[in-house]
Amino acid sequence: MNKIWLIFQREFLNRVQKKSFLIATILIPLIFPAIIAVMIMVMLKQEEDSGAQKIQVVDVSGKFSFENSRRYEFVKVSTDLETAKAAFNKSDDFALLYIPQLDLANPQGIALYTKENPSIRRIEEIEDLLENRIQDLKLEQFNIDKTTLKNLRTHINLNNINLSESGEEKESNTGILYILGFVLGVLIYMFVLIYGMQIMLGVIEEKTSKIVEVLVSSVRPFQLMMGKILGIAAVGLLQFAIWVVLISVLSMATLSLFGVAMPQQEAMEQISKQMNDPETAAQIEEQQNKVQQFILIASEQIPVGTIIFNFAFYFLGGYLLYGALFAAVGSAVDSQQEAQQFTFPITLPLIISYFGLFMFILNDPHSPASFWFSIIPFTSPIAMMGRLGFDVPLWQLILSQFLLIGGFILTTWIASRIYRVGILMHGTKINYRVLAKWFMMKQ
Amino acid sequence: MEALIAQGVTKRYTQHTALDNVSISIPQKTIFGLLGPNGAGKTTFIRIINQIINADEGDITIFGEKLQEKHIGMIGYLPEERGLYKKLKVGDQLVYLARLKGLSHSEAIARSKAWIKKFGITDWWNKKVEDLSKGMAQKVQFISTVMHEPRLVILDEPFSGFDPVNAQIITEEIFELRDKGCTIIFSTHRMETVEDLCDHIALIDKSKKILEGSKKEVKAQYRTNTFLVEHKGAFTFNDGRFELMDQQPLEDDYFRSSVKMTEDMSPNQLIGYLTQITEVHSFIEKVPTMGEIFIKLVKGGQS
Repeated sequence: MNKIWLIFQREFLNRVQKKSFLIATILIPLIFPAIIAVMIMVMLKQEEDSGAQKIQVVDVSGKFSFENSRRYEFVKVSTDLETAKAAFNKSDDFALLYIPQLDLANPQGIALYTKENPSIRRIEEIEDLLENRIQDLKLEQFNIDKTTLKNLRTHINLNNINLSESGEEKESNTGILYILGFVLGVLIYMFVLIYGMQIMLGVIEEKTSKIVEVLVSSVRPFQLMMGKILGIAAVGLLQFAIWVVLISVLSMATLSLFGVAMPQQEAMEQISKQMNDPETAAQIEEQQNKVQQFILIASEQIPVGTIIFNFAFYFLGGYLLYGALFAAVGSAVDSQQEAQQFTFPITLPLIISYFGLFMFILNDPHSPASFWFSIIPFTSPIAMMGRLGFDVPLWQLILSQFLLIGGFILTTWIASRIYRVGILMHGTKINYRVLAKWFMMKQ
Repeated sequence: MEALIAQGVTKRYTQHTALDNVSISIPQKTIFGLLGPNGAGKTTFIRIINQIINADEGDITIFGEKLQEKHIGMIGYLPEERGLYKKLKVGDQLVYLARLKGLSHSEAIARSKAWIKKFGITDWWNKKVEDLSKGMAQKVQFISTVMHEPRLVILDEPFSGFDPVNAQIITEEIFELRDKGCTIIFSTHRMETVEDLCDHIALIDKSKKILEGSKKEVKAQYRTNTFLVEHKGAFTFNDGRFELMDQQPLEDDYFRSSVKMTEDMSPNQLIGYLTQITEVHSFIEKVPTMGEIFIKLVKGGQS
């Protein structure tokens, strides 16, 4: 045990003291907020620069009048289309909008001429303007005034409430749980892959530098393997913790710096001001309260403790399960290239559960496939993250955890039997039969 | 008491037997040569002593006790396939390896510093191994083998890759270790080093021990009763007690002959006989070298 601790320390300090660790740990959390900040800046700048786009309007129907806005300036052209087109081609204007004589019931033939392909967003905006106008015209036609229409409109927000067996009511927040499950699953996937590879490379390094025979004359191969796996796990956890802290601090800092902490809120306020409509403003305020309430409820209703515990459990369990296999592969081969044929079968269940996560587990956390994915130890670390927020029955959780513990004991046992032989073998052509032979070999 | 006694050690793999009923006893405070051609089973035997692998059959006793895990700290092992962490500094490396052998942190530091001082390489402490030359790295490797003051030191082909200067330094260290009371097992197939260094030897060939004893005993066992004589003037003789094997002219009228005694008698009788027929200038017994014995036995086994 003492020797595992020594190896653990060595592995941990070695990696943590490396410059590359320092750089990766500090730079990666810097890069993401930096990218976000740059993109926001570019976006803001572009919008400022572009100003209002000029659109020439040829309105044959004579029913349309558009108000100029921050984004568009409309210029009526009273020539025929062909002349207008020719004039437009010579101008610097953004677009030419052609509105023919319209049948309100079936408005057809409206066309937008542009010199280059406009963005989807612009097309949608112009479509919205046209639709609103046509709607207003229809209301007039049917003699309906706007207030009647507003009273007719109905909007329902489904309050999703889980009824637990004890009859307790719990409001659930599917959206947040979905995102949470996705993020946690992806994190485990990345952690297992990145640090599993580190284990493998570390073992290959010890083997090719031939220090391993010196080491195994002092420690048991199992101690060597476990010390390495656990040491690298500690490196990963440390790096992960630093990232979480740095990313959250930096993201908040960047967002507040650019004053876009609540972009939606700001947008809504602007709209209400533009419309100058107290009723809408009140509505928006109500909505804002709802959002705040939602976040509050979410933080209350999401079982934070359970999720943190289970995330840590599956995070480590998955890492140990796969880490042992990566160590076994590293011990068997003489080079990284040789390792590739064996790493693929190991990563396959990881990739499958990763795709399973957002193809069906998050969408239907209680389907039989989701159940089995979250029970089988090779897929459960990622799959269970997707189900965690959706009230997994306790027996399923316990069964899955029990199997995961059993799973990593099994893989560690298999791996250590291959490892003890493999690290002393040089220049052997490795295939699965050889690995099986090593596994069976008595020490 | 013997430093190490192996009794009936056998190790089988699926396709071959690496060691077949090998019994060897290694006296304390000797330099013991473990000889044999490549693939004979030397490394397997050494790995068993180091508890890297276990024997299928047989017992190993080390300093009077059955070999077990606690003896790891008593053994220093320099494998043939050796290396160090390339990215690790020399000092950290030595301390780490010593601690794995059971030394405390402070003791590991004190001893590493003492050793690199002894080898005059104090300024390497903070150098990474990848920045050292091969010879330098081997010195570090040697220090790591003996730093924890093992009572049994096992060196597998210690001189492979050493330049003559470093080889000489290591040779002196080996003698010093023996004089301090260490037992050294020395595995090699380079016979000239055996001749210079070893007190005792065992020869393993095709998984079996075929010879064991002190160097003196072994040589006595393989003496041929042949003598080299340098003399003035050629001669021939016809005497049933002696046999002229060979006669080579040197310069002027001098010759070198090898003469074998066919009966059990003292060399004096041969000298007495020779002085009657020629003028003897030198007379020396033709002792077989370890190399000759090695080749004779290993080849003999093959035919």
